[in-house]
Amino acid sequence: MSFSHSDHIGTNACAIEAALARIGEAITEAQAREIAAFEDCECKKGMFVLAPSRRALVGGTGLVAAAAMTMTWPRASHAKAPPGAMEYPVQTDSTKEPGRMMGVDGGYGSRSQFESEVRWVNPTKTASFTPMQNGYGTITPSGLHYERHHGGIPNIDPAQHRLVIHGMVDRPMKYSLADLKRFPTVSRTYFMECSGTTGSELMRANQPTVQRTHGLVSTSEWTGVPLSTLLKQTGLKPEAAWVLAEGADAAVMSRSVPIDKCLSDALVVFAQNGEAMRPEQGYPMRLFLPGWEGNISIKWLRRLEVSDKPFYTREETSRYSDLITKTGKARIFTFTMEAKSVITFPSGEMRLPGAGFYEITGLAWSGRGKVARVEISTDGGKTWSLAALQDPVLPICQTRFRFPWVWDGTPATLQSRATDETGYTQPTHQQLIAERGPLDAPGMLFYHMNAIQSWGVAADGSVKNVHPLG
Amino acid sequence: MCIHWADAVRTAVAAATASFVALSLAHAQGYPNTFQFGQPASEQEIAAIAIAIPADGKGLPLGQGDYAGGKQVYESACAACHGADLMGVANMPNMPAGASLRLIGGRGTLTSTKAVATVESYWPYATTLFDYIRRAMPFTAPGSLSADEVYAVCAYILTEAKIIDKSTVLDAQTLPRVEMPNRDGFVPDPRPEAFK
Repeated sequence: MSFSHSDHIGTNACAIEAALARIGEAITEAQAREIAAFEDCECKKGMFVLAPSRRALVGGTGLVAAAAMTMTWPRASHAKAPPGAMEYPVQTDSTKEPGRMMGVDGGYGSRSQFESEVRWVNPTKTASFTPMQNGYGTITPSGLHYERHHGGIPNIDPAQHRLVIHGMVDRPMKYSLADLKRFPTVSRTYFMECSGTTGSELMRANQPTVQRTHGLVSTSEWTGVPLSTLLKQTGLKPEAAWVLAEGADAAVMSRSVPIDKCLSDALVVFAQNGEAMRPEQGYPMRLFLPGWEGNISIKWLRRLEVSDKPFYTREETSRYSDLITKTGKARIFTFTMEAKSVITFPSGEMRLPGAGFYEITGLAWSGRGKVARVEISTDGGKTWSLAALQDPVLPICQTRFRFPWVWDGTPATLQSRATDETGYTQPTHQQLIAERGPLDAPGMLFYHMNAIQSWGVAADGSVKNVHPLG
Repeated sequence: MCIHWADAVRTAVAAATASFVALSLAHAQGYPNTFQFGQPASEQEIAAIAIAIPADGKGLPLGQGDYAGGKQVYESACAACHGADLMGVANMPNMPAGASLRLIGGRGTLTSTKAVATVESYWPYATTLFDYIRRAMPFTAPGSLSADEVYAVCAYILTEAKIIDKSTVLDAQTLPRVEMPNRDGFVPDPRPEAFK
């Protein structure tokens, strides 16, 4: 019965339902505190995808207050709006006085002050992770898109920025953002994933939440110019085989891209989700190579140098190469992000309130094309059943899957397994380790880690990251 | 029958009109092959930013450096993060931390679960070392070292890594000829793997 409310107030079963049940009753400040304290219980981010933060909870109960409260809710805990929100007074009865007028937000809207989802930033401040556990649909809000920077986020005035294309071309050219926007453009909805995502999870369950195990993947609608269009302007020498892409950040990030990719689906993008791309995504322009590891989609793109050979930059030799400890050799130029999926609800650090119906949901994606199917296991991989895929299923794009599940209250291990349209199926940890060898060394990442993720549900409903190797 | 005939004429006219419209629209919507946007990039503009050095050393700048000079550069510009012993400094804040900052050692570990990948044990080309230091180091002041200083600090690191000896002077000719221990340690991507 609580589910009918969950759509519009972002609530959870026990606390908000209890609060809603009291509509019309005056409640004491002590009761209010008790509800507010719910967020501090050990289930932390709550039992649902719509897990209540303190704000969401007070927001929900604020609705209760609107009905007939005789007391003022404690406000001190959210006197300051969370990132991306503005703090407005909460009306005693929003039907009895006009709401705020348009324009007071300066013309650029903000999310509710009761919503506080943010990216999780790693201790070295070099990567931030999308809060997948509380995401909906397939599009990642631009402000929650994952980030990975190697020299901070440059602040670039587009009027001063140029993209220079040179090397083995007939006509070296430079383009401003305004120039770029005059070309015919395309918009495509693509996922982007860091090849280091989930690398920490190979040998053991390491991170507590799906945000931290899988959050270096996001999906946006990207708009830009096909790189092939630009290369048609400059012309290519017959020996052209690779293109060095270089950024205007402090890392002057550089990667070598095979010419075939540049002439097929590569884009130079300037917009994300219908507006100018965010600075942390490469404003004013970035390379976008669909289905390939995020690092090679060079942000703050300033230069493309056409060559007959790769450059063997630091980021394609020392890093972003895949050491195969089985042989001692490293795979180089491993670009494609292969099929992968993860259950986002229920997931690590949530708690189910009790036996009964739950809709398992999550995301699946493949750098090789469309997701063909997603299978769900609730018994640690012994048996599998097909999940429903949310239309439209787009190539090289995150796909939302859903699976109805009645939990009997006994321990369960939840897994999802994606297969893409090429027939490739997401492997197990054991398969990846058997193929590439184990790796468990400080400072060494197991790139392209796409193993099947397991979430263990205990009898008390608590959910945690578990590993098939124990 | 008359009506049918009239309908047929109307249909034919409509079809002709439609095809005419379609043709004219197709003409109007055509995309040219080339566009007159952007500006030619001059040689000077390109030279100012074309800093990438491929494995054959093409584009390496004039200048030179050796171990002794490199030791001085290293101690003032590098040691704070990479350690006086080139073994890295643990838990550096706000930058890639720990063992990834280690520069030397690790030979023979690449088949180990505890692999140690450093310039010495892992990097395939010395030119990459020059390129990366020049473009991105030191972390707090990237691009601040002169060509001589970059050659010198490369000589210092490669000597400490026992790849060259202390008397080696690195410049545009000698640097690309340095043979890195893991030069042949890289293979093409064999994926997709055949998981059953």
